[in-house]
Amino acid sequence: MSRIESEIGKPQGGLMKWIDDRFPFTETMKYHITEYYAAKSFNVWYVFGVLAMVVLVIQFLTGIFLTMNYKPAAADAFASVEYIMRDVEWGWLIRYMHSTGASFFFIVVYLHMYRAMLYGSYKKPRELIWIIGMLIFLTLMAEAFAGYLLPWGQMSYWGAQVIISLFGAIPWVGDALVEIIRGDYSISDITLNRFFALHVIVLPLVLICLIFVHIVALHEVGSNNPDGIEIKEHKGANGIPLDGIAFHPYHTSKDLVAIIVFLMIFCAVVFFAPEMGGYFLEHANFEPANMRATPEHIAPVWYFTPFYAILRAVPSKLLGFILFGLSVVLPLFLPWLDRARVKSIRYRGWIYKSALTVFTITFVVLGWLGTMPAEGVYVLAARILSVIYFAFFLLMPYYTAIDKTKPVPDRVVYHG
Amino acid sequence: MGNLRRFASLLALSACLVATTGHASGDSGHLEDSGIDPGDIHSLQRGARNFMNYCSGCHSARYVRYNTIGKYLELSEQQLIDSLMFNAEKTFETILASMPTDDAARWFGKAPPDLSLMSRSKGADYIYNFLTKFYVAEDSATGVNNLMLDGTSMPHVLWELQGYQAAIFKTHESEDGSVTTTFEGFEQISAGLMNAEEYAGFVRDTVNFLAHIGEPIRSDRRKLGVWVLMFLFFFYIIASMLKKQIWKDVN
Repeated sequence: MSRIESEIGKPQGGLMKWIDDRFPFTETMKYHITEYYAAKSFNVWYVFGVLAMVVLVIQFLTGIFLTMNYKPAAADAFASVEYIMRDVEWGWLIRYMHSTGASFFFIVVYLHMYRAMLYGSYKKPRELIWIIGMLIFLTLMAEAFAGYLLPWGQMSYWGAQVIISLFGAIPWVGDALVEIIRGDYSISDITLNRFFALHVIVLPLVLICLIFVHIVALHEVGSNNPDGIEIKEHKGANGIPLDGIAFHPYHTSKDLVAIIVFLMIFCAVVFFAPEMGGYFLEHANFEPANMRATPEHIAPVWYFTPFYAILRAVPSKLLGFILFGLSVVLPLFLPWLDRARVKSIRYRGWIYKSALTVFTITFVVLGWLGTMPAEGVYVLAARILSVIYFAFFLLMPYYTAIDKTKPVPDRVVYHG
Repeated sequence: MGNLRRFASLLALSACLVATTGHASGDSGHLEDSGIDPGDIHSLQRGARNFMNYCSGCHSARYVRYNTIGKYLELSEQQLIDSLMFNAEKTFETILASMPTDDAARWFGKAPPDLSLMSRSKGADYIYNFLTKFYVAEDSATGVNNLMLDGTSMPHVLWELQGYQAAIFKTHESEDGSVTTTFEGFEQISAGLMNAEEYAGFVRDTVNFLAHIGEPIRSDRRKLGVWVLMFLFFFYIIASMLKKQIWKDVN
């Protein structure tokens, strides 16, 4: 009797085994979910990665339904958004979820990045996770920027006009570059069409790929924790980190609670304040784009305003553009700018604690200044704060090296 | 759970920070409160009547369908046809201005804007102030100017109701020679069919209607939002209990 014949009719482990012989399903689930160990001492700062994924899903699902009813043409775009708001069944809910989701994406991602700065998550061995994360952030900015043009309101049009024209400051190639981006001599139907293509196909694809790599890299080295300790250095007899607990069911059950709390806040905005006082949906964007009427005050959406304030603080157009770009890209180099031997803020000295506090205030105030008209005392404040912004990063190699750190414990601090 | 509570307050705090820093657009000056009540069906009905009688000749509301108005203002199809639809045949049609847009642009220098979303771009208070603050100006082609929008090309359509008023400006010359003008108040020149209080009520109803058509589902979303939050709160309790149960053996 051949081997094949002997196996006929005998239970072999069922469908799961059939799949596992052909695809590493169980192995992958174990590696990434049921046997992925992360510190039990995670605090609230550790929920924003999961929440970013939740917002991503919201944006994808609502985006699909919006695409079914939206018309990417200058003549129809504004009307099609109103059609979604008024005539499409539940269209208003889908649209408000998408517009609110855009702002919440940035709230969550900014807090996620801030967590890394608090606990040194970008430091060795997680430099690559941080770099990929920064690329995700840059892609997200492009995605949001392209998306904001689509409703074809006054702010869509003039916000894009201002930002795209910035590229014109680049010597020699500036004007040509601006034309390539717009595809026209001004922002037009053609620009809208290509931004639609970028927003619904190119950039989401790039985002998905980067997020996949971000998570694979994270699971390779393991998650950081509020103490900045490598939990893999203390393993039990079974090879499991002593301070680690499985992602599922422990962290997932905790994340579920966080997701619901998040959804409560998200829904409170969607149902009770979708415009969020003109910050999530700018008032002027309820007027259709009009290339012959410049609004008296052009401000980008709130999540771009800290960088926009830096841009406007500089009198020279070219230098302003360079510093604007630098301010966005500079955090990418944090793993090498930060010379401290400890990761977590818990064991850092007063210098870094003060620096981070000043930086936090600077970033928030710059964001506010970016929404205000660029005149008088606002410009002066933006200039001073821009200097502080850059000083935080550029002086970091010095002040983190001399900062007196505290001894780091062997095991994580956990209070149950 | 302390962490999650802190997380909730953190997010709520950031939301409040965003909400309290004020209106992002650059509207200047003090605005009188319109005092509209979106829940007052009769005010909305009067506003719809006012809109169709006084505004829709020149202004369209091209995203607004008559039957949607009927649905929210509790008007039957026959009522819509009899009292609101002056230049429309079917109730699913949208509100289009009687005046041709091209002619309008030629006559006024600028076509009268569509009013579907005026309440969302400018705010209800702005429209209320705009409609109550026309004043006589001899040098203007329409004979009037407006305190809210200097040099407006809109004539004072409601003069018959409000009458005409003059604006009193005071000029101050400071020591360095710069001259500033401040608005002191209005003075009624000729009486209209309504007294000041009646006219304010008339404008309030109209603005209430404009605010309604800016976002007809507004009251719906608020009602639904309460249920959604209640569901999430219930779900939150269940999820917290589940988390507690699962974390029992973590020490």
